[in-house]
Amino acid sequence: MAALIRNGVTIDDTFAEAFPMSGAGIIVTAVNERWVMAAALSMTGFATSVIACGCEAGIDRMLSPEETPDGRPGVRILIFGMSPDGLEKQLVTRLGQCILTSPSSACYAGLEGETKINLGNGIRYFSDGWQISKKFGGRHFWRMPVMEGEFLCEAETGMTGKAVGGGNLLFLAANASHALRAAEAAVDAIHKVEGAIMPFPGGVVRSGSKIGGKYKGMMASTNDAFCPTLKGVTNSVLGPEIGSVLEIVIDGVTSEVVAEAMRVGLKAVVDLGAEEGALRVSAGNYGGQLGPHHYHLKDLAP
Amino acid sequence: MSGLTFTLRHAPDQRLDLSGLTASRLAGLGTAAIAALPIGTTRAGLKVGDIFAVTGDDVADIRFVGGSERFDRIGERHAEGSILVEGDVGQRAGRLMSGGTLEIRGSTGPFAGSALSSGTLTIMGDAGDDLGGPLAGEMAGLRGGTVNVLGTAGARAGNRMRRGTILVGGAAGEHAGARMIAGTLVVGGKAARGAGTLMKRGTIILAGGADATGPTFVDNGPADLLIFRLMAKAFAVAPFPDALFDGSPMRRLAGDTAVSGMGEIFLPLG
Repeated sequence: MAALIRNGVTIDDTFAEAFPMSGAGIIVTAVNERWVMAAALSMTGFATSVIACGCEAGIDRMLSPEETPDGRPGVRILIFGMSPDGLEKQLVTRLGQCILTSPSSACYAGLEGETKINLGNGIRYFSDGWQISKKFGGRHFWRMPVMEGEFLCEAETGMTGKAVGGGNLLFLAANASHALRAAEAAVDAIHKVEGAIMPFPGGVVRSGSKIGGKYKGMMASTNDAFCPTLKGVTNSVLGPEIGSVLEIVIDGVTSEVVAEAMRVGLKAVVDLGAEEGALRVSAGNYGGQLGPHHYHLKDLAP
Repeated sequence: MSGLTFTLRHAPDQRLDLSGLTASRLAGLGTAAIAALPIGTTRAGLKVGDIFAVTGDDVADIRFVGGSERFDRIGERHAEGSILVEGDVGQRAGRLMSGGTLEIRGSTGPFAGSALSSGTLTIMGDAGDDLGGPLAGEMAGLRGGTVNVLGTAGARAGNRMRRGTILVGGAAGEHAGARMIAGTLVVGGKAARGAGTLMKRGTIILAGGADATGPTFVDNGPADLLIFRLMAKAFAVAPFPDALFDGSPMRRLAGDTAVSGMGEIFLPLG
């Protein structure tokens, strides 16, 4: 396989294969950053992979008080699902259990999408008849009386069918600490790309998967070709110099955003260099047969 | 194309019915045909051309140069485009409007914005009684859209409104928001007695305080609500020179408990 070498880091001649998803965005505000994060981390918890979580969600970026509708600190959350219906169900459930319940929170639309899906419209009956609808300035809000005072929630948010999930980068390093350092550098860089999230813990997944497995009913199983402890006993793609591999998975509101996120992540790892970080960067795909979006590393390399 | 302009030749000697001078009613008519339209309300058979000099041809941009409190029903059923009146008008300005904008650079008589459903009515002077209200026998007043009044409003502003927003910069007469079904009424000045009488739902913000409200309103105490901040920001736009309220906490009265009690009046703290 012909590969590029940049700053000592080998970039495989391969591509990440990604899938179309439905994406939605919300803005969550609270009295201070502590409670913004409490709501946001709860809402985006257990949302790492659609394989078992029903959706993938993460924090796109923090918002200053000047950027939010109510002048308080906030955060923009992006949430992705495999179907519009499944996404809406997850969004409304998480809104009701994690944002509504969080002290001082408020929730607003966070994406201009081609279609609208429910936010407050989906949870207003919690108010048992005391909910108040307010429409002004072209926007629709629900005011829901709660024990703390009042929960303010926009009625709908936008949804896009042009979202892409599954952009990824694999960092192959001499050992686990080098792999983690490379992954952290990439995560920090990708956080600056608006419209992209990394749904796994801290943005990083250490247990990348392949489709299926030897056991009946397994949708996904460990990606043995990249497991360092299986070198020699399986059809490994790891050379003798590789001792640990970490992966970053990226979901974005458009294909361009995912490509940009991969590009800045790749650059950050190349800038870090092979001594401190990854010896090799690769990407995961299924032979190009499953996902319509292909991101070739050679096109994204710095 | 230039805006269709009606320039007042002399003060009318009778009340005028100007409901025919909207974009949808005038589309396709030439200046001569427009000048021949009847606008009189007596046996005298007054025509547009008797009162106005008509120039221009763009019915989406209608302008009246000059006004009179005898200009009745201006912009009635106005649905698209803009109408600007450089002067006062009479009753029912913008009644049953369903879109577009109507700006009155003077004061209006009663029933301005009556049962308006969409679009924006702006009154730079004062509004008469029954701003946005229903005519006798109608079930609801304002049904949507926005009504801005820079000056004062007469009695029963927002009577029976069920949707939309009314913003009054100055004071409001007795029974502002009476029998409100829903929607938002904001009064920057002081409201006379009886605000919200028999309101079912809806929000009345009386930023300049109020004379006595009915005894069937219940004091909820101070309320620090985010919706104030959003409304203050959304309403702090033209044509109002200053914000009607600043988004800080207000005292909430729930009512009118003589009916459903789901409505609310907000008053300044203290």
